Amino acid sequence: MTTRREFLVLAAASLAAPTAAKAQLDPNLAAKRKAAYEEALGKVVGGARVRAGRVKLLLPPLIDNGNSVPLSVAVESPMTAADHVKAIHVLTQRNPLPDVVSVHLGPRAGRAGISTRVRLADTQTVVAIAELSDGTFWSDSAEVVVTLSACLEEGLI
Amino acid sequence: MTARAARLILALAAARLFVEPAAAGEIPSSERRSGYEFMSRETRAMQDDDTGNPGTLWMLDGEALWKRKAGTADRACSDCHGDARESMKAVAARYPAFDPALRRPVNLEQRINACRVGRQKAPGLAYESKDLLALTAYVARQSRGLPINITIDARTRPFLEAGREAFFRRQGQLNLACAQCHDDHWSGKLAGSPITQAHPTGYPLYRLEWQGLGSLERRLRGCLTGVRAESYPYGAPELVNLELYLMWRANGMRMETPAVRP
Amino acid sequence: MARAVVTVPAQAKRGEIVEIKTLAAHAMETGFRRTQLGELVPRDIIRRFTCTYNGVEVYRVDLHPAVAANPLIAFTTTATETGTLSFQWVGDNGYSVTEIAAIRVE
Repeated sequence: MTTRREFLVLAAASLAAPTAAKAQLDPNLAAKRKAAYEEALGKVVGGARVRAGRVKLLLPPLIDNGNSVPLSVAVESPMTAADHVKAIHVLTQRNPLPDVVSVHLGPRAGRAGISTRVRLADTQTVVAIAELSDGTFWSDSAEVVVTLSACLEEGLI
Repeated sequence: MTARAARLILALAAARLFVEPAAAGEIPSSERRSGYEFMSRETRAMQDDDTGNPGTLWMLDGEALWKRKAGTADRACSDCHGDARESMKAVAARYPAFDPALRRPVNLEQRINACRVGRQKAPGLAYESKDLLALTAYVARQSRGLPINITIDARTRPFLEAGREAFFRRQGQLNLACAQCHDDHWSGKLAGSPITQAHPTGYPLYRLEWQGLGSLERRLRGCLTGVRAESYPYGAPELVNLELYLMWRANGMRMETPAVRP
Repeated sequence: MARAVVTVPAQAKRGEIVEIKTLAAHAMETGFRRTQLGELVPRDIIRRFTCTYNGVEVYRVDLHPAVAANPLIAFTTTATETGTLSFQWVGDNGYSVTEIAAIRVE
């Protein structure tokens, strides 16, 4: 049983507990993360138009654990010197940071794609963008339901 | 007592939440399923493919440690045990096993440390340390695909019964017994995640929640914390008794080490 | 100690697209986790993965904290000539791991 003295010490310590605790409770969190995603997207494509298509983003719709979600991207492309995929970017809309991976490749890759495992912090939309050698951008997106989040929970036990 | 209260209690009793679970609540062998079957297709694929299973990293470390000389005796595991693929075959499948010197069952981690201290004359490896997990994973890997094979005799029966009693005992602030979830409510859900039957077929395993490899004791301590009970320290006899019961309860099921679980 | 596992076919026909699978041992500490006392655990991740084929870069990945621990990176490359595939992972706190695999192309 906590004594009165122990209670007061704990209370004082929790008041000193830092601003990051407040950041977790930020009511504007979703909006801020969406804005960060838009900014990251801007950095990738500049002002160029992004068209849906040619890109296939594969994610399981309901995942066991957000700490490790298998993700793969495949882009339709002949992968010749004249017509190939230069880069593939994966972004999220609700993770603490929007960037996930950026792949840089060329005709020697044979097929444009990547398979990896990513962390997802919330039920959200994941976006894959391909940059082609002709300067155009193509994209695909996928919705994922996450019940056990990455980044936000300790998972120590 | 009002009629309404009586009906409520009857309903709750029917839901078996206030009824002491009977030992006969154990899962019939035809219905026994590994945690593997409760996972998504993708997580199963992660376990099945050695080239993508993160447990492989620990297993390779274990293979290197197996051959490395250690301690003042300057001896490697391989010096006495040779090729682990032969000598350690089916060993993990029969642990926890009775240790005559200690007069009680020990788990695989304790057996490895007994060798380290007693034969290699090296300091024991800390529980959940990278090296102990690697060696345990490597040894247990040699049982992959083989049936769990715990034999109970007069020496081990009291410890099995102690483990069984712990499995059926309500504990912690949530006052839950292991059996209530894992015998009575497996295939249900707890906070969105499937409740498995709790068979330790793949330990040490790579748990996505831990983002690393961990032992059965780590998982048991997590469960005890989960029902808000005080967790036993690593290596405690209470934990080893429970491990013995859980392995015995899973007798005949195939080992999957190093498994992957959410 | 196993720092990475690389799976590459030992041989291939010229022009064939081969599958490569890599797995690196790394906690990929995000920088968002906290200790029991509330202190932030600093970021410590692999930042870049590069594959070179006889010295020529053929595939490169920039990684961020959203990549899962013990990262798997699987991709393809065209078997152009016999030689060496070299895989390098570079990250925070001086982390640097290189693995090589030979490939015979006929």
